[in-house]
Amino acid sequence: MIHLIMDTFLRYLKEREQEQLVKILSFMFYIFRHDDLKEMLDSNKDSLKLEAMKRIVAMIARGKNTSDLFPAVVKNVACKNIEVKKLVYVYLVRYAEEQQDLALLSISTFQRGLKDPNQLIRASALRVLSSIRVTIIVPIMMLAIKEAASDMSPYVRKTAAHAIPKLHSLDPEQKDQLIEVIEKLLADKTTLVAGSVVMAFEEVCPDRIDLIHKNYRKLCNLLIDVEEWGQVVIINMLTRYARTQFLNPNINESLLEDSSEKAFYASDDEEDEDKKAEAAALVKRKPYVMDPDHRLLLRNTKPLLQSRNAAVVMAVAQLYFHLAPKAEVGIIAKALVRLMRSHSEVQYVVLQNVATMTIKRRGMFEPYLKSFYIRSTDPTQIKILKLEVLTNLANETNISTILREFQTYIKSMDKDFVAASIQAIGRCATNIGEVRDTCLNGLVQLLSNRDELVVAESVVVIKKLLQMQPEQHSDIIKHMAKLIDNIQVPMARASILWLIGEYCEHVPKIAPDVLRKMAKTFTNEEDIVKLQIINLAAKLYLTNSKQTKLLTQYVLNLAKYDQNYDIRDRARFIRQLIVPTDKSGALSKYAKKLFLALKPAPVLESPFKDRDHFQLGSLSHLLNAKAGGYQELPEWPESAPDPSVRNVEVKDSVCARRTVLTGPEGAGVLLLQTTRGILISLFRQMTHELLHHSHSEQSSGTEDRKRGRKAVKNQKSSSESESESESSESEDESEEESEEESESDTNIRKKKTIAPSGSIKMYELLHRITGEGLAVEYCFSRQPFSPDPNMVAVQIQFTNNTNSETKNLHIEEPRLQSGMRIREFAEIGLQPSESVTVVMGIDFCDSTQAANFQLCTHTRKFFVSIQPPVGELMTPVFLTENDFKKEQGKRMSAHPRFSTPSCSIRVTATANLSRVPCGSDKECRFAGKTVSSGCLVLVTVTTKEGGRAQLTVNCEKMVIGTMLVKDIMQALSQ
Amino acid sequence: MIHSLFLINNAGDLFLEKHWKSVISRSICDYFFEAREKAVEPDNVPPVIRTPHHYLINIYREKIFFVSVIQTEVPPLFVIEFLHRVAETFQDYFGECSETTIKDNVVIVYELLEEMLDNGFPLATESNILKELIRPPTILRSMVNTITGSSNVGETLPTGQLSNIPWRRAGVKYTNNEAYFDVVEEIDAILDKSGTTVFAEIQGVIDACVKLSGMPDLTLSFMNPRLLDDVSFHPCVRYKRWESERVISFIPPDGNFQLMSYHISAQNLVAIPIYVKQNISFFETGSSGRLDITVGPKQTMGKTVECLVVTVHMPKVVLSANLSATQGTYNYDPVTKILLWDIGKLNPQKLPNLKGSLSLQSGAPKPEENPSLNIDLKIQQFAISGLKVNRLDMYGEKYKPFKGVKYVTKAGKFQVRT
Repeated sequence: MIHLIMDTFLRYLKEREQEQLVKILSFMFYIFRHDDLKEMLDSNKDSLKLEAMKRIVAMIARGKNTSDLFPAVVKNVACKNIEVKKLVYVYLVRYAEEQQDLALLSISTFQRGLKDPNQLIRASALRVLSSIRVTIIVPIMMLAIKEAASDMSPYVRKTAAHAIPKLHSLDPEQKDQLIEVIEKLLADKTTLVAGSVVMAFEEVCPDRIDLIHKNYRKLCNLLIDVEEWGQVVIINMLTRYARTQFLNPNINESLLEDSSEKAFYASDDEEDEDKKAEAAALVKRKPYVMDPDHRLLLRNTKPLLQSRNAAVVMAVAQLYFHLAPKAEVGIIAKALVRLMRSHSEVQYVVLQNVATMTIKRRGMFEPYLKSFYIRSTDPTQIKILKLEVLTNLANETNISTILREFQTYIKSMDKDFVAASIQAIGRCATNIGEVRDTCLNGLVQLLSNRDELVVAESVVVIKKLLQMQPEQHSDIIKHMAKLIDNIQVPMARASILWLIGEYCEHVPKIAPDVLRKMAKTFTNEEDIVKLQIINLAAKLYLTNSKQTKLLTQYVLNLAKYDQNYDIRDRARFIRQLIVPTDKSGALSKYAKKLFLALKPAPVLESPFKDRDHFQLGSLSHLLNAKAGGYQELPEWPESAPDPSVRNVEVKDSVCARRTVLTGPEGAGVLLLQTTRGILISLFRQMTHELLHHSHSEQSSGTEDRKRGRKAVKNQKSSSESESESESSESEDESEEESEEESESDTNIRKKKTIAPSGSIKMYELLHRITGEGLAVEYCFSRQPFSPDPNMVAVQIQFTNNTNSETKNLHIEEPRLQSGMRIREFAEIGLQPSESVTVVMGIDFCDSTQAANFQLCTHTRKFFVSIQPPVGELMTPVFLTENDFKKEQGKRMSAHPRFSTPSCSIRVTATANLSRVPCGSDKECRFAGKTVSSGCLVLVTVTTKEGGRAQLTVNCEKMVIGTMLVKDIMQALSQ
Repeated sequence: MIHSLFLINNAGDLFLEKHWKSVISRSICDYFFEAREKAVEPDNVPPVIRTPHHYLINIYREKIFFVSVIQTEVPPLFVIEFLHRVAETFQDYFGECSETTIKDNVVIVYELLEEMLDNGFPLATESNILKELIRPPTILRSMVNTITGSSNVGETLPTGQLSNIPWRRAGVKYTNNEAYFDVVEEIDAILDKSGTTVFAEIQGVIDACVKLSGMPDLTLSFMNPRLLDDVSFHPCVRYKRWESERVISFIPPDGNFQLMSYHISAQNLVAIPIYVKQNISFFETGSSGRLDITVGPKQTMGKTVECLVVTVHMPKVVLSANLSATQGTYNYDPVTKILLWDIGKLNPQKLPNLKGSLSLQSGAPKPEENPSLNIDLKIQQFAISGLKVNRLDMYGEKYKPFKGVKYVTKAGKFQVRT
C-alpha cells in the first residue's frame, strides 16, 4: 500500500508540481484515518464506536466513498447502543448493494428483530431489511412482508406497506404476490395504514382499480384522519377512480354548450334538423342524478381545503376541478388564492395550475383578480405566470382595469417581464375587439421607447395585430418601415420586413426603398432576416416588377452564395417560381396567388390551453409532457358501471345509506314532498319501532341488535317507497341488501349497533382523542325505558379504537340536580375495535339540566355530561282529533307564532311527539306527554296562505312550552 | 417518490447528499447548475428541472438550495412542501437553517433525514415525534455527551407514531403550565402613485407556544369569528367544530407551532395605517435626480407605528445619494442599489421626511421607471383586522394554566408605486 502511494506521489509531483502535493497528503491521511476508524470500530467501547460511526456518516454525507470499511461496520449491527445501531443501519442501507455477500451477514439480526415482542423493533427491523437492495434475500423479504401485513400492530402493518414498493423495484416478478398483500392491507381499517398502502398500490398496480371498490367508502370516510402525505396520495388515486366509476356531473351542461355552438355555425335549414336531433337527445338522456358515492367523495374532501399543507389543498382542488359539478368548483378558488402567499416555489406550481384552470373556468377566479397583481419584488418567473393568469381573466368588463395595470408593468426595470407584458397586451387585444385600437395605439407609442428589446417586442406584437385589419393602419406600417434603420433585434427586423412585403400595396412608395436598403446590408443580416428579405423581394417582384426587378435579381444572387443552405434553397425555389423562363413549370403562373394569398390572422393563444388533459397538480401537467409512471386521467364513462361493487358487507352499506339519507339531497327530497304519504309512512315506522319494542321487554344483547336492524330496515323501505328521486339501480341494490340481510347470520353483525334512523341525532359524549381511543356517542332512542317508565332512555354506543381491551366500563359518582335519578347500565368490557351499545335511563325531572357523571374504565375516569334537548323529555301520546281539541281547550299558554312553510317531519325530529290524525290538510297536530310528570304537550301547526304558518304549543309547564316553541321554530325555519 | 437530496450553497458547493433508494451520482446536479447560471438570480431558478432520466425539484431557502431527485410522476407540491418541512425541522432543531449549522450537526441531520423519509415516502414529519426519536442538540447535552459518551438518540421508542394524535408527545410534564398565543397580522398592499389603494389584504397567523402537562383539550373562541372566512389549520384542529360553532378546538402539540393562518381579502376591511408622500424624479440633463419622501399616520386607531423602514430599489444608473433625514438614518448601498431609510417610531406631530439629490452615472440615459418603495412597519398590541380572542378553555386536565394572547400588526408585502 505504502509503495503504491509513494508511486503516485512521485508521479504527481513530476506532473503537476506543488499544488497537487496537498491533495496527495490529504489522500494519504484519508487512508490512514480509515485504518484508525477500523480500530475504533473493533474496540469494545461504545463511545469509540459511536465516534467512528459519526465520522463515517459525516463522510457519507459529503459523498466520500467509505465502502472499504464495510466488514468493520457490519460487525456492529447487533451493537447494544441504539445510536451506534442506527448509524450502522444508515451505512448498511447505503452500501449493501455494492457489497452483497458481506451484507448477508447482517440479515439474521433483522430476522431476529422481526420476532421481537416490541412493535417498534419489529417495524424498524422490517424497514432496514426491506431497504437492503440485495436480490438474494427477496424470498426472505417476501415472507417478512407477508407476516408483517397481518401483524397485530398497525404501525408494523404500515411498515409492511412501505416495504412493498421497495421489494417491487428490487424484483418486479413478485408483483402478483405483492398485489395479494396490497389487497389485504387495503382492507385495513386504521388511518395509519391507509396512506402507505395506497402509495404502494400506486407504485405497484395502479391499474387494478377493482381492488379499490370494496374500500372506496372506507377510504373516503377515513380520509380526514389520515396523515397529510397519505391524504395527497389517496385523493389523487380517488380522482382517477371516480373518473372510471361515476358519470360526468356536467353532462347536461356540456350538451347545452355544444348546441349553442352548433347553432352559431350551422346554416338555417341545417339548424332545424339539428335542433330536432338535439331535442331527441335531450329527451333520451335521463336527468342526471349524482351517485351517492360520488357525493361522499366531494363532501369528505372539502374540509381538507383548509389544510395547512399546500399539497393537500392542491390535491383537493384538482379533485374538485376534475369531478365536481360546475356550480361547486368555485369553492377551490379561495383556497388556491390563499396558497399564493406561500413560498415562491409553491406559488410557481399553484400559478401554473391556476393558469390552466382559468382557461376553462374563468368566472371562478374573477373575484380574485387583484390577488394576481404583480409586485416589483416578485421573481420574474412568478411575474410571468401572474401575467398569464391576468390575461386569461381579461374580459370586456375588467379589461380597462387590467390594461391600466399592464401600463405600470411596461415601465418595469425587468426587461423580460416587460416583453411578456407587451405580449399579454397583444393577446388581450386579439381576444377583446373593443380595446384593439387602444392597445394598438399604446403599442405604437412604445415604438419610440429607448429600450430596444421593448421596441422589438412591440413590433412583433403589432405585426400580429395588424394582420387582423391591415387596411386601416397603413400609417402604422409606414412608421414601422422607418424603424428598420434603427432596430437591430433580428426578430423585429424580420417582422417589419414581412409586414411591408405582405402589405406592399398599401405602401407602394416605401416598399421598394426598404428593399434597396436591405439589399445593401443583406450579407450582414441574421438568417431569419435574410429569409424575409428574399420574401419581400419576391412579393415586390410580383406586384411592382418594374421598379424592383433588378433589385430582386441582386438579392437572389447574393442568397445563392449564402453560407446557409436554407437560404440557398429558398433563393433557388423562389427564383424558379417567380422569374418566368422557358422551362418554368405550371406553378409560376400561380406565383402571385401563392405569395399574396390572404393569410389568416394568427390566433394568440395561451400556452396553457389544453393542458388540462393532464391531471392538474401533477408533474406531467407542470412540464406539459408525460412523466414516467404518469397515470392518464380517464374520460368519464358513457354509462355508469354497476355501483353495487362498492357495497361491502351489510354493515358498511347501511352506513353509506344513512349518509345518503341525512345528506343534503336526501333531506331535500324528504322536505320538498310534503304530501301526507310521507308523514304516514314515517308515522308507521315509528309505531313499528314501538311495537317491536314491546316484544322485547328485557334489553338483552341479541334482541337489541335485531331490533336495531329491523328499525334500519323499516326506515329504509319506507324512505325508498316515497323518494322517487332514487334511481332504479339503487333500489335494486337495496333490495338485494335486505335479502342478504335476512339471510345472513346474526353472528356477522355481532358488533352491529342500532343504527339511528335518519331523524335521530347522535351526540358526542367522549371524543376518541379525549377518551384515548375510547369513543362514546349517545342518542335518545325515543323508546320507553322499560325498568322505569319515568325515565328517558339514553342509548350509548361505545367504540374501542385502541389496540387493547378496555375493561370494567361503568358509571360512577353521578352528580345530579335534586330529584334527578340515573339507572346505570351493567358493567361491560370492550375488545379492540369493538363497539357495543347499551341503554341507560335518566329521570331529568322534566328539566333540561345536564346529568353529570363519571365514565370509568379499568384505567381511567372521564367526566361527562348528558344534556337533553327539551323535545326528548316527552313521549308520544295517541289522541283522536276530538280528544285533542278537548284537551287543548283545557290547557293554557298558547304561543301563536308565525313561521315559514313547515313540515311535520321537522317537528317529530325535534320533539318526541306523535301525529294526531286530522281531517284538514292545512293543520298538523302532535301530541305527547312529559316523561316524568306526565303533563300533556299539544302542538298545532296551521298552514296559512302565502306560505306562512302558525305554531301553537299547549302545555301546563310554561318553561317546557316556551323552550319547545323555540326549538320547533328553529327547526322549521332552518 | 423522492430519490435523493442534495444541499447546495449559494456558491455552488454541494455539501450534503442523502439517498433513500439506489445511489444517484452527484453529477446529476450539473443540470441544476446550468439552470442556476441561466437564472442569474437564485429566485428565478425554475423549481422543476427536467433531465433526460430524472426530474430535479428544488427550493431555495436561507441561501441553500435543497435539490431533490425524482424519477417518476409525483405531485410537485408534495415534494416542495416536504422540502420546506425539512428546512423547518432544521430550523427547529438548530435555531437556524444555515450551511454552518448543517455542517456542524451533520450526523443529526442525517439521522433526521433517515427518519423523515422511508423509501422516498414521508414517514415522520411531526416535530414532536422527531424530537422523541432524536433529541435536539443543546450546549449542555453535547458537553455531557462528550464526557460520558452517551448519545442524542432517544432511548425511548416513538410512541407518538402509534397514537391517534401523532402530533403530541406522550407524558408531557411541566411545573409551570402556560399557553401563549400570538396573533400576527401582515398587511399586503399595493398603493399607487396618488396614494389610493390598488390592492390590499390581511394575512394573519396565530402562533402558539403551549407548555401544558398531560393531554389538555383546548378551545379557543373569538369575539368576531365572522371576520375569518378563509382559514387553514394545523392538523390538530377539529374542522367540524369550526364549521358548526366557529370555535377552535384542539389537543395541542407540545411546544411552538402554528395553530392557524387566515386571510382577509375584503378590501373595505383593510385599514392602511400610514400614508406616503413621495416625489422621485430624474432630470433629463446633468445626470442627477431628486428624492423627497414623507411618511405620516393614516388609520392607526391611536396606536404607535414602530420599526418603520422604507426600502427603495434604485435603478442601476444611480451612483450615490446625498440626502438628509429629519428622523432616523438612511443608507445607500451603491452595489446592490438599495436605499434603506430606517425611521423607527412614527411621530404624528413631526412627520419624518427624507430629502435630497441623487447622482447618476454621467452619460447614461435617465431611467424610465421610478423605483417603487417597500414599507416595513410594526404596531404592537393591535390586530388591524380587529380580530379579538374571546377566551381559552381547557378540558381534560385539572390544573389551572397561565394564559396569554399578544397581538402584532406588521407590513407584509407593502409596496408604494411611484
